[in-house]
Amino acid sequence: MRCYAQAILDSGIPQDNHVVVSGIGCSGRVAGYMKIDSYHTTHGRAIPFAVGLKLANPELTVTVFSGDGDLAAIGGNHLIHAARRNVDISVICANNFNYGMTGGQLGPTTPFGARTTTSPYGSPELPFNLPYLLAASGANFVARWTTIHVRQLKRDILYMFSKPGFSFVEVLVPCPVGFGKMNFIDEGLDEMLLYKERCVIADGIPIDELGIDLRTDQPIYVGRFIDRDLAPYRPVRLEDIE
Amino acid sequence: MTSSGVLTGKHFFQGDEACAEGAIAAGCRFFGGYPITPSTEIAERLAHRFPEIGGVFIQMEDEMGSMAAVLGASAAGARAMTATSGPGFSLMMENIGLAVMMELPCVVVNVQRGSPSTGLPTLPGQSEVMQARWGSHGDYGLAAFSPWSPQEMFDLTIHSFNVADRYRIPILLMADEVVGHMVERVVIPREDQITRWERKRPDPNNKDAFEPFLAEDPDLVPPLAYAGEGYRVHFTGLTHDELGYPDMSAETHHRLVTRLVEKINYNSEKIVQTEDHFMDDARIVVVSYGSTARSARRAVKDARQEGIPVGFLRLVSLWPFPTNQIRELADHVDSFIVAEMNLGQMALEVERHVRRPVTGVHHAGGAMMAPDRILDAIREVANTGYTHLR
Amino acid sequence: MRTEIRLAGFGGQGIGLAGLILGKAVSLYDGLEAVMTQAYGPEARGGASSTNLVVADRPIDYPFVQEADILVTLSQEAYTRFRDEAKPEALVIIDEDLVQPSPQDSCLKVPATKLAEDLGRRIVANVVMLGFLTATTGLVERESIEDAIKSSVRENVLELNMKAFAAGYEYARKLKADQ
Repeated sequence: MRCYAQAILDSGIPQDNHVVVSGIGCSGRVAGYMKIDSYHTTHGRAIPFAVGLKLANPELTVTVFSGDGDLAAIGGNHLIHAARRNVDISVICANNFNYGMTGGQLGPTTPFGARTTTSPYGSPELPFNLPYLLAASGANFVARWTTIHVRQLKRDILYMFSKPGFSFVEVLVPCPVGFGKMNFIDEGLDEMLLYKERCVIADGIPIDELGIDLRTDQPIYVGRFIDRDLAPYRPVRLEDIE
Repeated sequence: MTSSGVLTGKHFFQGDEACAEGAIAAGCRFFGGYPITPSTEIAERLAHRFPEIGGVFIQMEDEMGSMAAVLGASAAGARAMTATSGPGFSLMMENIGLAVMMELPCVVVNVQRGSPSTGLPTLPGQSEVMQARWGSHGDYGLAAFSPWSPQEMFDLTIHSFNVADRYRIPILLMADEVVGHMVERVVIPREDQITRWERKRPDPNNKDAFEPFLAEDPDLVPPLAYAGEGYRVHFTGLTHDELGYPDMSAETHHRLVTRLVEKINYNSEKIVQTEDHFMDDARIVVVSYGSTARSARRAVKDARQEGIPVGFLRLVSLWPFPTNQIRELADHVDSFIVAEMNLGQMALEVERHVRRPVTGVHHAGGAMMAPDRILDAIREVANTGYTHLR
Repeated sequence: MRTEIRLAGFGGQGIGLAGLILGKAVSLYDGLEAVMTQAYGPEARGGASSTNLVVADRPIDYPFVQEADILVTLSQEAYTRFRDEAKPEALVIIDEDLVQPSPQDSCLKVPATKLAEDLGRRIVANVVMLGFLTATTGLVERESIEDAIKSSVRENVLELNMKAFAAGYEYARKLKADQ
């Protein structure tokens, strides 16, 4: 959030033109903490709300700030379709591997085998590899960082503001209460240390290798994975056709 | 067509087409929707027309996304609309509640088909009139209109935008398949004769002191600031205070929800619309709406020919309900008949207000009710001495 | 006055367009009331398709055709399906090359598809029928239909449609004169 706020200040875009849209969840509350135009919508619907805002007023710089559960589970359909259309909005997805606000339930990114209150014996499901999903869906920019990569994260958020089309950054965030405790990571700090030990910056690595498995010593890859220039979405105008 | 793209003159239009043209005439320039029979022609026409006039047409991935996109566009200041039918209407319900809570004006057209579930996609129904009132969770108020002709699909679409803007509420235009698909003459006035009600807007010279959810006027409607105007507003579906920020107290919650409900109650006389005929000496009144009202009017005329003192009341607005008119009628009318294409929804509401059993002429939907059935009910009520029957 | 008209044929014969032109002529140019309804969904695809019009001199309440006063059929299936739903004494017009009516049914016969083929496009058989219907029934003014055609078809096929209308109209006149 700090990175987003700093990026807004550094963006050179008037603060009045920045709009943040969020869904429901811990990170959904971000909209209420920022002194810019902010819309805290229903669970899963931040992206289509943002699409409406952006298309009705293309002057706005629209950022969606929400969690993995909100964006990739209940809002998963909107996520892939907005990326497919390549609507010119930026999405910051805070991934804490669980539903934190409601007390740590299984989410779409919960690693296989990880314990949550609704997977007490370990998750029987395979999680989303979000960068892979977004790349396949057609997003123009896809990156992943953690909360320890402050500098890179801010740089990429800033880049996303000016990047035409759909851009997406996954931010791995610690959730000591909801996720850490159940998985023998005692403190938020420990989860941060885990990121520090295991994260490998690997720009441009094959995206199918970006899955996260906390049970093994497998590295967690972070970096910029996709940066391309597919045509962004534009509403149809007759004068463009004739 | 005028320079702004609004059609004028006489046309032979399908109801759905007339609705699309009404939206354009009302200044609607954003449509986010998902195709669903029998409302699809609205989307199709706007997909064709908006690129000509600078509107935004986007076909969303589902109805939840459609409704959210409409609200986003509304937050950015656009007059925005979607159109759907039963299954999609159900999916929109959560964000219709968000529209109520954020007080974002918008229009949702529901061309009703046979329900529940997938029901009868290509055939008519009127069984979502109670869902229109209570379908989203919680206590709230909104307005719903019921057109009975392609002409009214045009007129009431414009009116829906006006009422939405005036009171900052979602408007549900509850059409049905008969009205949506039938083709009839539609007269479109000159653009300068089309009334547009303006939204209440904040004072741009006093941006810092602006409280986006403070309703200072007696009508309980706060001014609406758009994204990007520099007011730095916060909108949330959570219970919020006058500044718009979440406040999880019972007091704030009660104050907010009460205002949202009272906003409609206070202004209901201005929102309610009915049409009546043959009321002067009526001892029986037939209440109906939408396409069924066409058959009801025919039946009433035929019954008058037979000398039965029967009147005709059409609900142009379904919600808010015309409480005062119905109560007043109940003072000098003996019996009420309600004709509708469902198994008794508005009949309950009429009954609640006239405080006596009403005669329902009901059908689950799938075909427009023929005048004969209503005429039979009128005769039966007349024969039993204007008392009620069940 | 309330006249119920059903135009019926198979998909692709332009039955809907014919109804639209007739309805427009009546309600926009003739000053009468008209409502058009069509069947939608599976029943409208393939098989017998129909377009229904109610024409009246006062506002129309019930918009559907219950018992047609005029039935125009361009296919055998349409005739078979809709003849009994029309009034026994209804005016029935058939494409004589495509419909074999019941022996006791006194229909007006017109080679609409053949006349359209003579003009080079069988697709305008629908408008030939409109010409025939206009001349036979006097339900609607000729100028009104012509105006309605002008506002309903593309520029590049306007002349063809006007010719088709005239062909049907003249055929009816000749038929009358021969009687």
